[in-house]
Amino acid sequence: MPLADADRELVVGELGRDPTRTETALFENLWSEHCAYRSSRPLLSAFDSESDDVVVGPGDDAAVVALDDDTYVTLGVESHNHPSYVDPFDGAATGVGGIVRDTMSMGAYPVGLTDSLYFGDFDREHSRYLFEGVVEGISHYGNAIGVPTVGGSVAFHDGYEGNPLVNVACVGLTTEDRMVTAVAAEPGNELVLVGNATGRDGLGGASFASEDLSEDAETEDRPAVQVGDPYAEKRLIECNEALVDESLVVSARDLGAAGLGGASCELVAKGGLGAQIDLNAVHQREPGMNATEILLAESQERMVYEVRPEDAERVAELADRFDLGCSVIGEVTDGNYVCTFEGDDGDRETVVDAPAAYLADGAPTNDLERVDPVQPERDLPDARVAEAFEAVVGDPNTASKRWVYRQYDHEVGARTAVRPGDDAALLAVREAETGLALSAGAEPRWTAAAPYEGARAVAVENATNLASVGATPLAAVDCLNGGNPEKPEVYGAFAAAVDGLADACSALDVPVVGGNVSLYNDSAAGPVPPTPTLAMVGTRDAADGRGYDAPPTAFAGEGTLLHVGEPGGALGGSAYLAHAGGSDRFPDLPRDPKTVVASLAGVAGLESTLAVHDVSHGGLAVTLAEGVSDDAGADVAVDGSLELFDETPGRAVVETTDPDAVRDAFDGVAPVETLGEATTDGTLSLSVGDAELAYDADAVRERRAVIERELA
Amino acid sequence: MTVAVVTFGGSNCDRDAVRALSHLGIDAERVWHEDGLPADTEGVVLPGGFSYGDYLRAGAMAARTPVMAEVRECADEGVPVLGVCNGAQIGCEAGLTDGAFTTNRSARFQCEHVHLRVERADTPWTAAYDEGDVVEVPIAHGEGRFETRDDRLAELEAADRVLFRYCDADGNVTDAANPNGSAGNVAGLLGARETVAVMMPHPERATLPDVGGTDGQGVLRAFA
Repeated sequence: MPLADADRELVVGELGRDPTRTETALFENLWSEHCAYRSSRPLLSAFDSESDDVVVGPGDDAAVVALDDDTYVTLGVESHNHPSYVDPFDGAATGVGGIVRDTMSMGAYPVGLTDSLYFGDFDREHSRYLFEGVVEGISHYGNAIGVPTVGGSVAFHDGYEGNPLVNVACVGLTTEDRMVTAVAAEPGNELVLVGNATGRDGLGGASFASEDLSEDAETEDRPAVQVGDPYAEKRLIECNEALVDESLVVSARDLGAAGLGGASCELVAKGGLGAQIDLNAVHQREPGMNATEILLAESQERMVYEVRPEDAERVAELADRFDLGCSVIGEVTDGNYVCTFEGDDGDRETVVDAPAAYLADGAPTNDLERVDPVQPERDLPDARVAEAFEAVVGDPNTASKRWVYRQYDHEVGARTAVRPGDDAALLAVREAETGLALSAGAEPRWTAAAPYEGARAVAVENATNLASVGATPLAAVDCLNGGNPEKPEVYGAFAAAVDGLADACSALDVPVVGGNVSLYNDSAAGPVPPTPTLAMVGTRDAADGRGYDAPPTAFAGEGTLLHVGEPGGALGGSAYLAHAGGSDRFPDLPRDPKTVVASLAGVAGLESTLAVHDVSHGGLAVTLAEGVSDDAGADVAVDGSLELFDETPGRAVVETTDPDAVRDAFDGVAPVETLGEATTDGTLSLSVGDAELAYDADAVRERRAVIERELA
Repeated sequence: MTVAVVTFGGSNCDRDAVRALSHLGIDAERVWHEDGLPADTEGVVLPGGFSYGDYLRAGAMAARTPVMAEVRECADEGVPVLGVCNGAQIGCEAGLTDGAFTTNRSARFQCEHVHLRVERADTPWTAAYDEGDVVEVPIAHGEGRFETRDDRLAELEAADRVLFRYCDADGNVTDAANPNGSAGNVAGLLGARETVAVMMPHPERATLPDVGGTDGQGVLRAFA
């Protein structure tokens, strides 16, 4: 995708001359949709990104939020969608690497990853090939670098047939003293590049990510995909930690999209400064690279640091200790962003000389046409309850993801108090005596049916997941995925989803402290549904009550089963309709989700609470099925299919020995209804109107194991 | 006593091992392999991870680093040496114990909690347990399938070198309870001395009471 004529004209006007070839390539990448958010920036002002806890909000490599006076958590999320289509293993692996480096560049140590993955229909061979490759890539990279993958989501929907999504989020820990930002501070400081040598890999990755996937992308765009080396990343993590230990880093930025050009330019631009860079000084993996290649290659596992001149030698020593390449490539200046290069002919040329701020932030935004989405009408199917129950519980979207998370090391780091498979993961942050809960995901069926309401539901669902392990939300980052924004219906749906997510996060009082936008997820198979992946963290005080212990999602078999929360009275976007056919409006969402979430978190902390499981994907049917084990069952009655399959989030099933305590907690907040009793017979016995269903633990397990069975 | 947790490039359970040992009141520190073992080393842990990226073969490169000559010397002198996961692979590659750990039967990485049967309780690593006890400890590996020649396995068994076997929750050593296809369901074994042991499951992940249970504490108490 060459630099557009209109952009070229702007650049010529700014520079007062034609840009050089290297400048043209740099503008093309930095002004791409992927780097400059040209079509989404006008929408992002909808997000509320402030709270008393927010230390660094949107715009840096990762956001920083305070857990207490000294302990900070970092949050970041990134998409690696197009690369994961072309080369699922390497595309997904390098997505992990990138977001981990974003964490490192804040002076933080990465402590947890989540992956939200979206593929075409599970029954299609190509979807399975991508799914297996992506999971294997994440496993390969994440496990080796010693960062636990503790959660995420997996969804299958025909809208992802030609364009899967891989959204990776990372949380890290740092302290007030150790925190670093990507704001260059002082002219005269040196710019030091540490990590892998630069080769001709990942050329033009940013611009590749900013257009639709072509039908021959798997062969044609392979050179735009990088290959990761987790061993180098692990050494870089440790080296970064050592540099921060010795306070050697003034500012830092990881090399991602647009390579060295992107990182170094954005770093100095943020400080209102410039740079003088000698591209020949970059340590290179292959001979004969030209200036543009050195500047824009997306070779992985590299960081650029601003370092005081007297510290450069010590930085080099530490890099050497970890067998990492290190080169002083130039210095921070108060002039333009300038790169020079000496070619084979021995002549030194200035290949870039432009204001850093103009390169980094000068791209004009696009004002695109949009068509607002319309809600579907109610046309409910007349399905048999048993068939629907079996289809919904055995749907790969709602089924067990054990096949996935078993391949991820989710316990390295010795912090994982609640493991994957429950509503949210819980990490022990002993430094602050805080349990840090993580939930990440989106539901394409919801946002495909109703982009605005579906996106609100995504936010409420993630918050409810946190509450199920006793945590209240602290902050969130989003990864907003959409199709080609130049199509008015696609952009309209995307914009509605962004608004919905923003509105719900405001209603929940959760600041959205950062994120990522990925557009042009479009192919010959059509656009992806608007997919607003949200990664939300919450906290609970570990100093009192249950410590890091949280109620499980599975029933104990000893209590009363209560339904808490307000049903939404509709089935739009549900797994039930996906199987039974028909259509419906999207259910009503809780008016005050913040209070519902806080009340549920309180209930989860009660001694009398034996199990908590949120009601969302697949509705009550799936929540109850997941509660059943060999030792515990449930005896439950509901009115009909609407009640059994309604997916309205902000609800939960609570198993308790003290129903009155739960009623008290929800008094004036949301209705509490008795569903029935937990039992010890390991059987789910359901009365749905006139129909009677019964499934023992083996029968439930068999249906829920569809992914494991098919991919074993 | 100071336990040296030997850290290679790519090790990733080194901090966890130190934290777990410290929780038990055992003095431990991470030691960068190029720096060599400290003079006061009275115990060695080879931690889990992906030393040298598992390139070539898991553990093969680390086993040939200079620090391993020092570890071997320690082992010969009776200093307790424990290899966990990648450390177990390194231990095998370095000849501290017999056999090899190779690709799981599933050909995939597996992270899950498994049950182990304590095969003998008269070693420093298992003194906290009774023979036949069943403990729950996590595994996290892609190359954890123990392999050796059939006659060598018989010799190991005859010499009582098997420390732990994969079993079900009731202690039955079955193929279904064997997560990775290990020969003889072997999950951990002793070296030439009882003070040297390697195991694929992670005792340090089953030591801190606030995460993952405490069944692994007994193994680490060998360093107390």
